[in-house]
Amino acid sequence: MKIALVLGELFEETTQVLFSILGAIPYIVGYVAIILACMFIWKIVKRGLTPASGYNSRKTVTFGDESTVVSNTAASIISIVLIFVLWGAFTGSKLLPGFLHAPGPFVGDGSFSYTMEAANGATDTADVSVLVHPAGEKPDVFEVEQGDGIAKNDALVVQSYRSKLLRWDANDETTRKEGAKIVAVNGQPISKDNDVITDFARIALTDKGTLNVEPKKGVQMESIWLPAPEQVWGKLVTIATDGYQNVTLAQHLGFSLWRVVVGFLIGALVGIPLGYAMGLSDWFRGWFDPIVEFMRPVPPLALIPLVIIWAGIGEEGKVILLFLAALWIMAIAARSGVSGVNITKIHAAYSLGASKWQILRRVIIPNSLPEIFTGARVAMGVCWGTVVAAELVAAEKGVGKMIVSASKFQDTDIVMMGIILIGIIGFAIDVGIRQLEKYLVPWKGKS
Amino acid sequence: MSGLMINDISMRFDLPNGGSVQALKNVSLDIKSGELMSVLGPSGCGKTTLLNIVAGFLAPSEGQIVLNDQPVTGPSPERGMVFQQGALFEWMSVRDNVAFGPDMKGTPRAQSNKTVDRLLDIVGLQEFKEKMVYELSGGMQQRVALARCLANEPDVILMDEPLGALDALTREKMQSLVLDLWKETGKTIILITHSVEEALLLGERLLVMAPRPGRIHKEYRLPFADLGVGNDLREVKKHPDYATTREEILQMIWEMEEEIMGRAEGGN
Ligand SMILES: Nc1ncnc2c1ncn2[C@@H]1O[C@H](COP(=O)(O)OP(=O)(O)O)[C@@H](O)[C@H]1O
Ligand SMILES: [Mg+2]
Repeated sequence: MKIALVLGELFEETTQVLFSILGAIPYIVGYVAIILACMFIWKIVKRGLTPASGYNSRKTVTFGDESTVVSNTAASIISIVLIFVLWGAFTGSKLLPGFLHAPGPFVGDGSFSYTMEAANGATDTADVSVLVHPAGEKPDVFEVEQGDGIAKNDALVVQSYRSKLLRWDANDETTRKEGAKIVAVNGQPISKDNDVITDFARIALTDKGTLNVEPKKGVQMESIWLPAPEQVWGKLVTIATDGYQNVTLAQHLGFSLWRVVVGFLIGALVGIPLGYAMGLSDWFRGWFDPIVEFMRPVPPLALIPLVIIWAGIGEEGKVILLFLAALWIMAIAARSGVSGVNITKIHAAYSLGASKWQILRRVIIPNSLPEIFTGARVAMGVCWGTVVAAELVAAEKGVGKMIVSASKFQDTDIVMMGIILIGIIGFAIDVGIRQLEKYLVPWKGKS
Repeated sequence: MSGLMINDISMRFDLPNGGSVQALKNVSLDIKSGELMSVLGPSGCGKTTLLNIVAGFLAPSEGQIVLNDQPVTGPSPERGMVFQQGALFEWMSVRDNVAFGPDMKGTPRAQSNKTVDRLLDIVGLQEFKEKMVYELSGGMQQRVALARCLANEPDVILMDEPLGALDALTREKMQSLVLDLWKETGKTIILITHSVEEALLLGERLLVMAPRPGRIHKEYRLPFADLGVGNDLREVKKHPDYATTREEILQMIWEMEEEIMGRAEGGN
C-alpha cells in the first residue's frame, strides 16, 4: 500500500514533467527553426562569397563521413551572438536597438472607465486615470477633476510589474457599504471571475468589490529574475573594484582556485603512486581495488556533510574534500596508464639490459603520462565543480559563497556574473591542461 | 663451446579451466655462433613461445637453453630482441631509442653518440636522429629497432616477425638490410616469419615447425642467404632450387593447416 502511494506520487510527478516538456516544445521547435534558417542563409551567403574548395568539397558522400564534420566557426559565432541577442531582447538591454526588444511592461498614462450601480438601481460612469511608472521612480500622486454624477473620477499611480487596488468609492456619493457595486469596466460587464483586459492593463473585481489594476507586463523579464547583460557587466566592474561584502572579487576567485589547486595536487601526489602500486603489484591491486571501486562512484558532493562534521567549514575541510575528489580519479588513471603498457616495450627494455628501476623510470612512467593527463583533466573538472558546491554549502570566501549570499539578497546580477565566471574559469583550466599535455606528452595517441 | 644450445625444451601452459596446452615438445637445436636461422610454421605452433624461452622471458617446463656455456635464466643484453611493432619508446627521439642499451649500462654520452652515429649510418637514418619515433614510417621504425638492438652488441639477435607489418616493397628492402647486417656483424640471428619467401631468403638454416604439440618438423640448409648478401634478392629468387624448395615447404605447411582444420572440425 505504501508502495502504491509512492508509485502514485511518482506517476503524478512524471505527468507534471511531461506537461512541462510539452509546453516547451514550441520554443524548442522555434529555436531549431532559427538554427536551420541561419544555416541556409549562411550556406547561401558563403557560396556567394567563396566557391567551395578543399578536399571535403569534392566528396560526394558526406552524411555519415565523420571526417567531413568539422565544427563550423560561423555557427559557433552566430549561436553565441544569438544567446546575447535573446538575453538582451528579453531584458530590454540598452545594448540592443529598440526594435529587437521583446514587448516590455507598460509604462506611462492610461485610463479606463467604470460603471457603478447604486443600491437603489441608479447607475453612473466615472473615469480612472492611471500613471504606470518604472521601478525606482516615485511620482507624485496627482489630482483629477471629480466630474459630476454619483460616481466620481479617480486617479491611480502604479509601479510597473506591480498591481494596485482602486478604492473607487472613496470619493463617490454612495459607497460599497451602502450596497453600491461595479458592473462594468469600459462598458464591458465585469464580475469576480470575469476580468476586463484594457489596452494597458488587466482590471479585476476583488472579493471586497474593489478593482485590482495590473498594468501589462509584456514578455520581458524583470531584472530580479534576469538582469540585462550590461547590468551583469556593470556588477562585474563594481565588484572587481569594490568587492562584495568586504571581500574583493580576486579574493573570492583566488580562494576557490587555491583550494582546487592544493586539493588536486595533494590528490595527485597520493593518487598517482597509489595507482602505480596497484598497476605493479597484485597485492596492492587486491588491497585497494575494493576501496577504490567503492569510492569512485560516490560523488564528492555526497561527502560534503561528512567532511563538514569532521573537519568543519574551514579551509582544511574543503581541501580534504577536493583531495578525495581528485584521489580516486588520479589513482585509476595511473593504474590504467601502467596496465596499458605494451608488453613488448617491457620485454624490449629488459633485453636491452634495463633494471626494474630503470624500467619504471624510463618506460612505465613515460608510458603512463598520457593517461595521467587525461585523468588530471577529469579531476580538475570535478574539483572545480566540487569546490563551488562546497562553498555554496559553507564558506566565508569563494566564488560559490559569493553567489549564494547574493542569491539571499536577490542580487541576481551577481549570481549570473558568478556563474559566468565559474564557467569561464572551468573552461580555462581545461584548455590550460590540454595545452600542457600537447607540450609535455606530444606522443599521446601516436603509438 | 660458443653458440646457442636448445636442449630438449618442452613447454606446457596450464589453462585456468584446468586443462593445458602443449606449446612445445622436445625441441632440441644447436645453433653455431654467426648462424642465421629462420623459423617457419603455421600459427600456433609455438614459434613465439620458443623465442620467448630463448630470450629468457619464459622458463621452459622441461629442458634448458645454454648460450656460450652459460644457462639462460632470464632476459639479458647478450640476447637482443626485435619485435614486430610497438616496441619502440615513442617518448624518446630516434637517438635516445638507439642509445637506450648503452644508457642503461651507464656508457658515457660521447661514446654512445659514436655508436648511435655508426648504426644510424648503417640503417640509413642519420638525418632522422633528432626526430621522435612516431614521426617515422613503419619501415623506418623497424630500422630504428634493428639499430637499437645492435647498439647493445648482443651475441644473439631474436626477431619475432620483425617485417610482418611492412608493405611488400619496404619489406624487400629490409630483408636486404637484415642480410647485410648479418654478414657485417657476424651475429647469430633467429628470425621468425610467416612468409615462406622470407624464410628462404633469410635462412642459412630453415626450421619448419609443426603444431600440437609444437615441434621441429623439418630442417633445411639453404644457399640463398649467402647468395643474397650484397645482391639483388630478386636475382636470388631465380635460382633453380628456390622455386622447388618454396613449393615443397608451401605444400608442407598447407597440409599442416589442413590437418588443423580437420581436427578442429572433427573435434566439434
Ligand atoms: N600465456 C599463454 N597461456 C596459454 N597458452 C598459451 C600462452 N602463450 C601461448 N599459448 C599457446 O601456445 C601455443 C603456441 O603459441 P605461440 O608460441 O604464440 O605460437 P606462434 O607464435 O607459432 O603463432 C598456442 O596454442 C597458444 O594458444
Ligand atoms: Mg607468434
